[in-house]
Formats: sequence, C-alpha cells, structure tokens
Amino acid sequence: MGEREGGDYMLIVGGGKVGWNLARELIDKGHEVTLIEADRERYLTVEQELEHRVLYGDASELWVLERAGIARADMVIAVTGDDEDNLLICQVAKDKYDVDRVIARVNNPRNRQHFDLLGVKPYVSATDLILRLIERQVPRYGLVHLLDLADANIEIIDLLIGEDAQVVGSPLHELNMPKSSLLISVMRDGTGFVPTPDTVLQAGDEVLAVLDPAAEEELTRYLGVEQATVHRKPD
Amino acid sequence: MLILIVGAGRVGSSVARAMLAEGHEVSCLDEDPDSHARLELGLDTSWEDAGGQFTVGTGLEIDALTTAGIERADVFVASTNGDNTNIVIAQIAQRRFNVETVIARILDPYRAEWYATQGMTTVCPTRTAIEMLETNLREVAASKEGQPDG
Repeated sequence: MGEREGGDYMLIVGGGKVGWNLARELIDKGHEVTLIEADRERYLTVEQELEHRVLYGDASELWVLERAGIARADMVIAVTGDDEDNLLICQVAKDKYDVDRVIARVNNPRNRQHFDLLGVKPYVSATDLILRLIERQVPRYGLVHLLDLADANIEIIDLLIGEDAQVVGSPLHELNMPKSSLLISVMRDGTGFVPTPDTVLQAGDEVLAVLDPAAEEELTRYLGVEQATVHRKPD
Repeated sequence: MLILIVGAGRVGSSVARAMLAEGHEVSCLDEDPDSHARLELGLDTSWEDAGGQFTVGTGLEIDALTTAGIERADVFVASTNGDNTNIVIAQIAQRRFNVETVIARILDPYRAEWYATQGMTTVCPTRTAIEMLETNLREVAASKEGQPDG
C-alpha cells in the first residue's frame, strides 16, 4: 500500500477488468475503495485479492449503494458493461446522494447523447479513445479532432496541408480564412511554431486550428485537405 | 391521443390492445420482431389492420423512437422488462422530446418512489403486489380474530 495523504473514498461499480484494475491503482494511491460487483462468480474471484473492499450486489438498487456508503463517497465511478446501469448509477449518485464527482463509462458511443441529456459527465468511451488514437496515427484521414468541447461549441482540429492547396505559398495575412476559425500552430519538419501574419504555409505542414465545428467543412476545403480524406467524427 | 408504448411484453401488449380498442392511436416499439404476434392475441385482424403501429427497435435509438412517432406522442409508456431501460427512456421522452405524459414501469419500489419525486409517473407492480398481499393477509387475520390459535 502506498502512503496515504488524505485519500478519498471512491466507490467503483463493476468489477470487470476496468473496475478491478482501477480499484488496485486507487488503493495503491492511498484511497479508500469499495468495488461493487453484481455477478457472484466474478465477485468471488475479485474478493480473493481485494477482500473486504468488494461488495456483492446490484448497484442499480439504492440499498446496495447505501450499504456501500454512497452517502460519504467523494467519487462514484460506474464502469459496468451496461450503459444504462452506468448512467443511472451516476445520476442517482449526483441527484439523490449529492456525490460531487462521478465518472461513467460509455460502452456504446451512440449512447453518449443520453449521458449528455441526463447531465452525467464526464464519461469515458474506450471505443472513442481508441478511435482517436487510430485517427492520430493514420494520417490518411487528413483531419483529427484533438478536442471537442461540445458545450463551448468549439473544437481543435489537426490537419495536413495538401499538395495543391490554394493556400500554399501565400502569407497568412493574405488568406481569407473562414470566419470563426484560427490557425494556432504549424508543425514543419518535426518542429512546431506559432504562426504570425507573415507565415507562409507549405504543402505537408501540419496545422492546428481552433474553430466553430460548423466551419469545419469550409476550413478543410479552403486549406486543401482533399474532400475524400476529411474524417467525419464517428458516432 | 397518440400513445407510444416501448416494450410490448405481457404488460405493454395488453395495454396497447385495450387502448386501441378504446379508440386511441397506439404505436408500439419493441426490439423483438416476434412481439408483434403478442399484440395480435385475441384480435381477428392483424395489428396494423386494427389500426395499430409497430416498430422494431430499442428506446435508446433516437431513429427508432422517431419512426414510432415520439415527436407527436401525447403519452409515452416505458414498459420493457428492464427497470434501468425504462428509467432511461422515460427521461429521454421527457427531456429530449418533451412528451406531455410519461409513465414508467419500475419494479424496484425504492427507485419507483425516488423517480416519482423527480417528476416521473411511475407504476410499480411490486408495490401493488405487496399491498395486495398485505390486504389479503390482514383480512385473513381479521377473520381469525377471536378464534383460538392452532
């Protein structure tokens, strides 16, 4: 056990690989942890290691959460394989038991909209994370969402200037960038810099732009990223 | 009045047939295509010929809800066999589609009570069963009052 410097009480729901490993890590970091697992067999397996820190029960039921001490939990982390469970456990934790911090796992990225609707955030989708990693490593996509602040209606994207882009060869101050978009950095030959009005874009430059998502298509077209290579964020 | 019922199991399908017979417009959404047959129990025509609508899909799929007519539904009934599903889709109907009346079947009495305080109309079959059993037992106890134990 690591040293304990004012550890928090963390309630983890779901003793699968994610939940079990999280529990281990958080215990190592000195937090107090209770893991709730609804499957008897799985519970017995996890219990061999975590002992009294695992509780057998269905955390959808309020009395199970109460027995786990949700009233004094600093954080509830719902990482079961069922999105509805994760959603409602976090909702109840926030709305009924006044838990300030919740984290929910989204199994099916299509369900993200429901987490938004019910105000459960932050949420983590492994599928999305892996997709983002793939996008970052496969340049043929042309455009990568680094950050998508849906609420703020702003995003940061990463794009590669194409060979025959019309913007190549002209200084930035002469360009007619779409409204609500701004180039914030240029990566060229392995080094990055912040562009000035005199910066001249070259084919092969990797630029970061901050923009209103609505301007995305116009910006990609303008910067000469081929239409076919524009990546639409998968739903 | 358009009634959208998600989950055409024993409960959902019976309510659907009854409401259709009473002259309401009824649309059912169920993930199992076979549950269509349950809607036709006791009917001499097909569900559609009787005036009903049936869509295959889940209540978490916005497209399916839209096809089933949620945008013009006056009443939304969540009667799948899962409490969590019912609670989630009832909130989708309430918050996203602003359906005027939303009713959810919740078996867990404790949660039925909690969501009722959150503005959801909840129907709890477990609570009903408990009350009926208690009433029956009290009646039996009352009828035995005065009689010697044995």
